[in-house]
Parts: sequence; structure tokens; C-alpha cells
Amino acid sequence: MKAASSASPRTGRPGIAWAIPGVLYFVFFAGVPLVMVFYLSFTDWDGLANPHWVGGENWSKLWDDQRMRDAIWLSVLLTVLSWAVQTPLALLLGVWAAGKQRNRAVLSAIFFLPLLASSVALGLLWKTIFDSNLGLMAQISDWFNLDNADPLGSESGALWVIVFVSAWQWVPFHTLIYQGGARQIPRSFYDAASIDGAGTVRQFFTITLPQLRNTIVTSSVLMVVGALTYFDTVLIITRGGPGDATTIVPYLMYKEGFDSFNLGYASAVAVALVVVATAVSLLMVRLTGFSRMRSTREGM
Amino acid sequence: MRSLIPLGRRRRIRTPLVAVAASLLAASTLAGCGSSGPGGGKDTLEVWVYQDGSTTIQEDFVEQFNESSDIDVDLVQIPGANYQDRMRTAMGSSNAPDIFFNWGGGSISDFVDDDLLVDLTDTVQSDPELKDAFIPSILDAGAVDGHYYGIPMRGVQPVILFYNKTIFEEAGLSAPETWDDFENAVDTLLAEDITPIALGGLDSWTEQMWLEYLLDRIGGPEVFDRIRNGDSSAWGDPAVLRAAQEIKDLVDKDAFGNFQSLSQTDDGVSTFFAQGNAAMHLMGSWEFANQNTNQPDFAQNDLAWTTFPAFPDGAGDPTDVVGNPTNYWSINSQVTGDKLDAAIEFLKVSASQEYAEALAANGDVPVTSNATDLLDQSPAPEFAHFAYDLADQAPSFTLSWDQALVTARATPTLDAISKLFAGQLSPEEFVDTLQNEG
Repeated sequence: MKAASSASPRTGRPGIAWAIPGVLYFVFFAGVPLVMVFYLSFTDWDGLANPHWVGGENWSKLWDDQRMRDAIWLSVLLTVLSWAVQTPLALLLGVWAAGKQRNRAVLSAIFFLPLLASSVALGLLWKTIFDSNLGLMAQISDWFNLDNADPLGSESGALWVIVFVSAWQWVPFHTLIYQGGARQIPRSFYDAASIDGAGTVRQFFTITLPQLRNTIVTSSVLMVVGALTYFDTVLIITRGGPGDATTIVPYLMYKEGFDSFNLGYASAVAVALVVVATAVSLLMVRLTGFSRMRSTREGM
Repeated sequence: MRSLIPLGRRRRIRTPLVAVAASLLAASTLAGCGSSGPGGGKDTLEVWVYQDGSTTIQEDFVEQFNESSDIDVDLVQIPGANYQDRMRTAMGSSNAPDIFFNWGGGSISDFVDDDLLVDLTDTVQSDPELKDAFIPSILDAGAVDGHYYGIPMRGVQPVILFYNKTIFEEAGLSAPETWDDFENAVDTLLAEDITPIALGGLDSWTEQMWLEYLLDRIGGPEVFDRIRNGDSSAWGDPAVLRAAQEIKDLVDKDAFGNFQSLSQTDDGVSTFFAQGNAAMHLMGSWEFANQNTNQPDFAQNDLAWTTFPAFPDGAGDPTDVVGNPTNYWSINSQVTGDKLDAAIEFLKVSASQEYAEALAANGDVPVTSNATDLLDQSPAPEFAHFAYDLADQAPSFTLSWDQALVTARATPTLDAISKLFAGQLSPEEFVDTLQNEG
């Protein structure tokens, strides 16, 4: 590569060839598996013998499967709750962190830390905390004289635990996006507003929020698609339980694939998930006018 | 593994997809080069074992074996919680182990169907020393359709009702002999604000143990025998409904405490039990070795054990046992020639007197025919004799449901059990679900 490019008169200028490593990576690690999974979704495969073709059987089963419907409902619920919890928090924290004050910079750095830990480590940590027998939860229920603080023992409690842990993990990331977005807003807007006598709250709603419109879309798309494909925390903290109260679509896929070894059916679930997640993100981009953006800086 | 910045959709969906596709790739590679041996180099045998308190024995004997054998054994220890998934996924790929730990029966029947295992029937039949070394029923329990695919390599593992005798004494209770005694104990303990039963709700196979025993005591071992032999309508037996109702009553009473956040595989339940927070714990006999290693004070001063309570009006014999007869070594059918000879030699190690002695010294109960003589060498002879007699004298030894049933039936069964305990299925719905899916 080096010899070829230095011999070329256009030394150092980006060309199509520069994209090859990225394209290859995407083809091998995303494209090929996707096509294979699509093929597998039309087969019956137990992971041992060769897959054999069953046509649309997995797909008609998927359509009628009550467990799939429950899982879809839970995934939608988790997505909506995650968005509703994370967006206001990240937006406020991000705008606050955009200020130049030194204490804000220090605190922002601390807020950012959860993002650096792996999901698995975070899952184990929170599992220990929420354990009402041996964990911190047992202690807390003693302090407040609660008879039975057992969030993981009830269906809604377990779902809220997942919402909470995912918020704890991802709010810092979205805060970072909003911080960047808020710093792009020209100072002069605020100066003009101050002269006209607008207070902080008024400035937030009439300047900051409208200016962050595209940032909200960016963050929301990432959040929604992230929540639709959420998996690690569920596996570690609740294993889809109690019963199937937190068996969201990606977890159902895992269970079908690697507990029951219905890899054909699990592939159908996977393909459905890819299609839905892609469709939702495209739809959001369309409906919000994000695609008509004139400058890349608007979406920051 | 995970990059710092989550790229949302593309990156996060891909992970499971890659896993699925990688298995496919691996499977097609295996199909393409059937003659090359799986895993490891030419002169080593890769052996997979479930990692727990007994693994040190396998380590020692592998070392001894390697000193005298031309072909070395490479022991790979797989952490417990994921052992079955790992084994199953690997067996469909070119990275399969040469020899591996399993539970016999349903846990290997899919492999047998696909000819992935070496049939050891002739080896066993032609070698009286090997055949007679083991208790016949234990050797047979690992067989599939009358053929031997596994050689016993661990102790016998009946499920036992452990209890904390100090708590029982303080509450004025004695070991429950009948279900009435048991319910009385539960009520007394609840009144004293002690969790009556420790249970790892995150592992549905531990919830399953309660139903296994209840069904046996109420309906006798024949009900599950019918289910095991493919008759799903046997889930409709009134004994199944009655057993499920007993579970619902216990759950409604809070007899299991906050069981949904406890797990057996990470030792959470055992710790909770050993700390004196719960009075009873229904678990495989390995729990004794666990407690003896991790909480020796508790094991010596408080830990006691008894058989599962009897149902006076039930059809089951109160001395029936459920659990796992033992664990087995099986050989991958890709292993051939000299390697196969070495692999069989390695399996024979488990039949030796020294191996049985090592198991006994570790607190396990060996399944060799002469085990009774060894039980006094156990660190807890009293427990060893109890567990041995329990298994030896049981009129019926029901294999754990999830091991007895093929995967396609075991998973829906465990799911239904987990929903019954979570209150998502009523006992009636539980029966319906199992008749359709289990």
C-alpha cells in the first residue's frame, strides 16, 4: 500500500481503496453472518447435524408464538421506559456539563466512568447490589424497616431494575453527545436573549432545546436501537425472569438458540430483530427531518 | 471485547449473529474434513470437565496418566454455569473435546443420534474388570437405548434435604418425616421470621428438584417414567397437578423467601443457608462437599440431612430417590486408532481402586462396587454412609428431569417450572403447558 501510494501523484489523498479494510471487515463480520442467519431461518438446525430446509416453518411459528408476542411487548416497553428515563437525564446533564466551569469538567469526567466498564462487570455489580438476601438491598430494607424489599422478585420490579441499570450505564454516553451538541450553540444567541431579559429556564426552552433538535434524534435513535437489542444485563441479572417477566426479544433469541438449540428458529428471531431495528431507526430519521439536515454539525 | 463507544444497532446486533454464523462455519468445516481429529494436537487428548470442588481429583489422575502414556491428556476445566451450553455448541463444531464430562441419558442422546460418540458397549462387555468395577444400576443409568456411551467418573449424587439442626432445635422442631411435619416446620419457621427454605430461583433446575420429589412421593416413579418415554399426556396425571399445588402453596406462604435473586451456581444459596438465614436446602449430595470446603464450621456444627418427607397417602415409596446417579466420561467418535486406545485407557482409570479412594477422601460417594469399604475414609463418614445407603437401597432412582429428557423437551419443562414458581402459571395452566410442550 505504502509503495503504491507514494508512487502515485496524489500522495496521501483519500481514495476508494482506502475504504477496503472497513468494507471487508463489514462484509465478513456483518454481511456474511447476516446472510447466513437469513438462510438458517429457513432451516431446522440443532447445531449438530447439517441444517435441513423447512421453508417458511420457522416464520409461521414466529408469527403464532405467544412467547414472541410477550417478548416483543416487553422489548417495546423496555425501549419506551429506557428512552423516557434516559433522555431527560442525559439532556439536562449534557447541557449542564457544556458549561466551561472547572467543577463541571471534573464532575463530568466522573459521570463518564460507568461507560468505561464492561456490561458484564456492571451486570454482576448490580446483581449483587439488588440481591435482597445477601446484597445491599438486604441492608437497605433493614435500615428502613421494610419488610420485603425484593425488586428482583416481582415482574415489574425486575423490569425496572433492567431499566435502571441500563440508564446508569448509558446516560453518560448520551450526556457526552448532548454536551457536544450544547457547545455548538453560538454564544451570541444567549447574549441576545439575556439582553432581552430571558432567564435561564426561558433560554433553555427557547434556545437550547430547539437547537439540540437533531442531537435529540441522534441520541434517541441510538437509545431505541440499543434498547431493542439489549441483552447482557438481562442475561446476568434476571436470566429473563422471574418466570419470563424480562424475556425480551434478544434474550428469547439466545434462549432458543443456546438453551433449546433451535438454531433455525433463533435465526428467524434474529432476522426479525434486524429488520425491525433497522426499520425503526430509518423511520425515526425520516419522520424527524434528520435526513434533511444541511450540515453534519447540526446533528452533533 | 466491547469498544468504548457503542455504535448502536450495527455493533450490538452483530454479536449474537456472529456466534450463530461462527457455529455454522465451524459445522461446515467439520463436515468437510471428517477424517481429521477434533481439538488439540495429534498426540494429545483434550478432556473437558465441569469445574467444581471435585476437579482436583481429575487433575491428579491426569498427571499420573500422562507420566506413563505416550499420548498426553490435556484437561480443560469449564466453569459450571455454562458447561452444558459450551459442550453442546462445541460438539457441533470442529473444536469438540475428545473426551468430555456429561450426565448420561438425555444430556447425550442427541449426540448419540448423530453418531458423535464412541459406543463403549463392546469395551465394557469384554472387560469384566471394568464392568464389575461399578454398581450395575449406575453404569446402566448412563446408557442410551441399551448401549454404553459413558464410564462413571464421579460420586453418586442423590438429592438430599439438608437442614440447619441448630435452627431446628431452637424452634423445637425435628427432621420432618412426613409432608405434614414439613408443612408444620415451614409454618413454625415463618412465625419465627426465618426463611424456611433456601432456593436459587435464578437456576430453574433447583426449583425442578422440588417437583421431582413431590411427583415421586405423590404419584410414584411411574408417572415420570411415562413422561420420559415420550408420553407427554402423562403430565396430565393428577399427581402432577397436586405437586404443582403444593409448590404454589409454599410460594404463596413465602416459604422460599426472596428466591428470585439467588443462584446456586455462584454459591449464593449455599452461603445464605450457611449464614443461618434459611433452615432447609434441597440439593444434590455434592452440597455437602461444597459446605465442607467453603464453610467448614457450618458443615460441622449445624448441617444435618434427611430424606425427602413422605406422603402417607401418596403412591411413592418414601425411600425413592431423585438426582443424578453420577457423571460420565464419553469419547468423541472422531477419536480413532492409537488415540482411541489411549482414551479408553484413560476412562479405565475411573474404575481403579485409587480413583475411588480419592473420591471418598474428597467427601464424594464413589459408585464402584466396593465403595462401602471406602466410606470410612471419607472426611464425614456419617454423611458418606447416609448418601450411599440412600442411593443403594432406593427402590427407584429417578434421573433429574432436565438430564432425562431430550433438550427439546427439557427446556420448555424448565421454563414452565420457573413460571410456576414465579406465579405466572397456575397449577392448572402448568399442567396444560407441559402436556403441550414438555
